[in-house]
Amino acid sequence: MYCLGIESTADDFGVAILSFDGRVLSNANSAYMPEKGGIHPREAARHHAEVAGKVLAEAFERAGIKPQDVSIVAFSQGPGLGPCLRTGATAARALASYLRVPLVGVNHCVAHIEIGKLVTGAVDPVTLYVSGGNTIISAFEAGRYRVFGETLDIAIGNCLDVFAREAGMSQRKGAPFGAMVEELASRSKTFVPLPYTVKGMDLSFSGLLTAAVQILHERKHSLEDLCFSLQEVAFSMLTEVTERALAHTEKLEVLLTGGVAANKRLQSMLNVIAEEHNARFCVVPKEYALDNGAMIAWTGILAYKSKITLPVEKSFVKLKWRLDEVYAPWVEG
Amino acid sequence: MLIKKGAEANLYLEEWHNRKVIMKRRLSKKYRIPELDEKIRSQRTIYEPQVIHKAKEAGVPTPTIFMVDVAEANIIMEFVEGKQVKQVLNDLPPQERLRLSRHIGGLIGRLHKHGIIHGDLTTSNMILTPYGKIVFVDFGLSERSAELENRGVDLHLMKRAFQSTHYKYAKECFEAVIEGYVEVVGEEEAKNVLEKIREIERRGRYVSER
Repeated sequence: MYCLGIESTADDFGVAILSFDGRVLSNANSAYMPEKGGIHPREAARHHAEVAGKVLAEAFERAGIKPQDVSIVAFSQGPGLGPCLRTGATAARALASYLRVPLVGVNHCVAHIEIGKLVTGAVDPVTLYVSGGNTIISAFEAGRYRVFGETLDIAIGNCLDVFAREAGMSQRKGAPFGAMVEELASRSKTFVPLPYTVKGMDLSFSGLLTAAVQILHERKHSLEDLCFSLQEVAFSMLTEVTERALAHTEKLEVLLTGGVAANKRLQSMLNVIAEEHNARFCVVPKEYALDNGAMIAWTGILAYKSKITLPVEKSFVKLKWRLDEVYAPWVEG
Repeated sequence: MLIKKGAEANLYLEEWHNRKVIMKRRLSKKYRIPELDEKIRSQRTIYEPQVIHKAKEAGVPTPTIFMVDVAEANIIMEFVEGKQVKQVLNDLPPQERLRLSRHIGGLIGRLHKHGIIHGDLTTSNMILTPYGKIVFVDFGLSERSAELENRGVDLHLMKRAFQSTHYKYAKECFEAVIEGYVEVVGEEEAKNVLEKIREIERRGRYVSER
């Protein structure tokens, strides 16, 4: 049996086909690239609508199966940008109705954790999910993925992106802002003090960003020094909170996922705390750490096996669907 | 003797001038660069005893500080006999659980009224003594602030602590905390803080654009 999963919460439109035993048959994707500035929801949705047919066809072709072979259709129901979510949801509803197969609505954040577990073999991790839109420290407890800490304002990826844009960098396909900041940071060892804000288990990056941008415009420190310091402070904050969650839950795995997971400095910091707590450190590979259809398809399969489906007439998207609102009976099996 | 290996500091139970004391030692973290590490450790070591003292002025029981060693990031303080609220809360009779929660709410109210933000309000950081008194410990992440935002975040943390460790009773316990809080800070202030908590909860969700 196969599940087709559609991801469309933000700038990525992804379609993947997975078998029920967790084999990824295809994982096709098309990313919207703004000419300048951040993601414009309407423009991103327009992109998704334009490429939907092509990406779907590609997913079927690479998987080598026919649409009639699909047993269920899963889609990212939230959280995310309204226009983008609705575009993916429309495609999913149409497919499910046409094929007469069940529809499954998947929470994007849960999906990141589930695919991370599948590809790294982690069973019950403390997860640090870091991307342009999310910064969440989570662990499973009593039926749900509980949020142990999260950002109180902007996401870490957003913080790095805005700083890069303020510094006049421009993003290209295959060269995201995060990688540029990381590269510049690796050339410096000079620390410029910046505000460090951890509130209990929660984090705040807006003050850090404002301070970094202000110092940047004063032109007293090199861009390399500022990238280095920004990374050191932001990642130390993330690592401190992850360590607190690890100490609190006494779990034996640390899972790092999301777009920012690719950062080597962040990886090395988390590796240190994982070792100190005798936990296994798992980094989700890029293909499955960035937004992708495979994570939606896999979580759809897990939910479906727990008898969770979504009637088309109730399949409204949920823009602010929290990770800890999702009942996840499949985890305890 | 090491009694608690925390994420940020280790707690040792020691004999000090014929007294049972807690030695709180902030650990050097290998993951962060020395400049940042020293700054965080020394700042927190200086700050914590100051806030602990301010909390006493506000009428909130806290441990007595005996010694502060900034260079070693070391604080020597009173050993508070008792149990963590975290350990006892779930097993208390319902009425007693609510009474305790209201009492905690009152203590948080006193802190906030005096411009103290605890910064890590979890039930592990509250000790129930054999005499039924609650002592707040671990002011390691506390700050002095009268800002509504900070008070909101503080109480939001308390709510989250209930949800993650006492999920069965989270709702009723937090409501009781708010009852106790209202009694101390007054209806008007409490209303503002509650509105702030709702705002923080909305804000802490999916953020895509600044």
